[in-house]
Amino acid sequence: MKPPPFDYHAPTSVREAVEVLAEVGAHGKVLAGGQSLIPLLNMRLAAPAHLVDINRVAGLGEIQTDATGVRVGALARHAQVERSAAACLAQPLLRQALKLVAHPVIRNRGTIVGSLVHADPSAELPAVLALLGGSVRLAAATGEREVAAADFFTGPMESATRPGELAVSAFFPAWDGGTSFIEVARRHGDYAMAGVAAAVRLDDLRITAAKVVCVSVGPVPVVVEVTGECGNRPVASVDWRAVVAAVQDRIEPEADIHATADYRRHLTGVLVERALKAAADA
Amino acid sequence: MHDITLYVNGIPREVSVPARRLLSDCLRHDLGLTGTHVGCEHGVCGACTVLLDGEPVRSCLTFAVTVAGREITTVEGLATDGRPSPVQRAFAECHGLQCGFCTPGFLCTTTAFLRENPAPTEEEVLEGISGNLCRCTGYQNIIKSVHRAAELLAEEPT
Repeated sequence: MKPPPFDYHAPTSVREAVEVLAEVGAHGKVLAGGQSLIPLLNMRLAAPAHLVDINRVAGLGEIQTDATGVRVGALARHAQVERSAAACLAQPLLRQALKLVAHPVIRNRGTIVGSLVHADPSAELPAVLALLGGSVRLAAATGEREVAAADFFTGPMESATRPGELAVSAFFPAWDGGTSFIEVARRHGDYAMAGVAAAVRLDDLRITAAKVVCVSVGPVPVVVEVTGECGNRPVASVDWRAVVAAVQDRIEPEADIHATADYRRHLTGVLVERALKAAADA
Repeated sequence: MHDITLYVNGIPREVSVPARRLLSDCLRHDLGLTGTHVGCEHGVCGACTVLLDGEPVRSCLTFAVTVAGREITTVEGLATDGRPSPVQRAFAECHGLQCGFCTPGFLCTTTAFLRENPAPTEEEVLEGISGNLCRCTGYQNIIKSVHRAAELLAEEPT
């Protein structure tokens, strides 16, 4: 189908963009890569009266990397970050996750910050931001604020972004340890039936910090700290059943056409162990 | 209505479109370039894939107004002086198509894919074309076509 009609705005600066967004309020929607929004428009699941196209806004495509992490501008495409050696060295989990995001052609247009604001609980990038404890910078006509990942994802397809606000960048902190992202989907590039990203830190082969985030098993990405369960032991002597049980206690999978709730719970358990071992190996 | 210029297959095309006009519809309906096919219109099938400044994108998930002033290559722009491109010749040679509906998308995707990765492994080919669906071929001949296209491109004088 075709998108419903809307008034089109093409600002060229952040200031101009937030002024338009303030004016149109809850009737406005931001268009960046459009790889989630345009399908919703085409299927008439969304019908905003105003579309604010930020593709001409200067300065939003930047990827800044330093020892503390990676800051990604609102127009940085998935493919751009995936190809950025500096960004992926500073935070390898970005590339591990991006390889699982849809298909290469979608990643040429889709943006990282757009994925975050879209806040799909099955999506990889919100999970990465949540696991690393990153943040999103929101600009409005009245000023900017930085929202921590823990407060940013508020429900399925819901984020803390208020009407009139523009997400201008996101910050993915570095992690001094190993990471991994593993998921199971019916077909490569599809939404995951279950997926787990893990971050592990070792000291002399013993696990001193471990956490996971699970996708597709709750209204928002589910982060579970499992350092205690891993018990300061080497990978080979961890009680993996206890670790898996601790995570399975925290998730709320639902059934749909692709998988039952029980199967998602089972898959998540399997992936938790695999992802933590892979992160410890990384 | 918005007056925009698109550089389609090297030719500046001026067109007046409503903001909601998808690039796929702009190419087909406004510019008469019906080589770009429209399958699912929500980014799943890949039939509408065109090159935007050389990079493959879904034209059904792009508004024409967003890409005003940019260069678009469609399947009509792959041949040179009436001679099919190496990718097109490889698809013909290896029977990489049957009904032909998905073919423009595969040709554009493969053209960009081989430019970035001129000697792909089997796995890289699978990943490269994973975003395009074909209901006829069962993909085996398409995979062969991509490998053959890589050979033909390597033989091309640069």
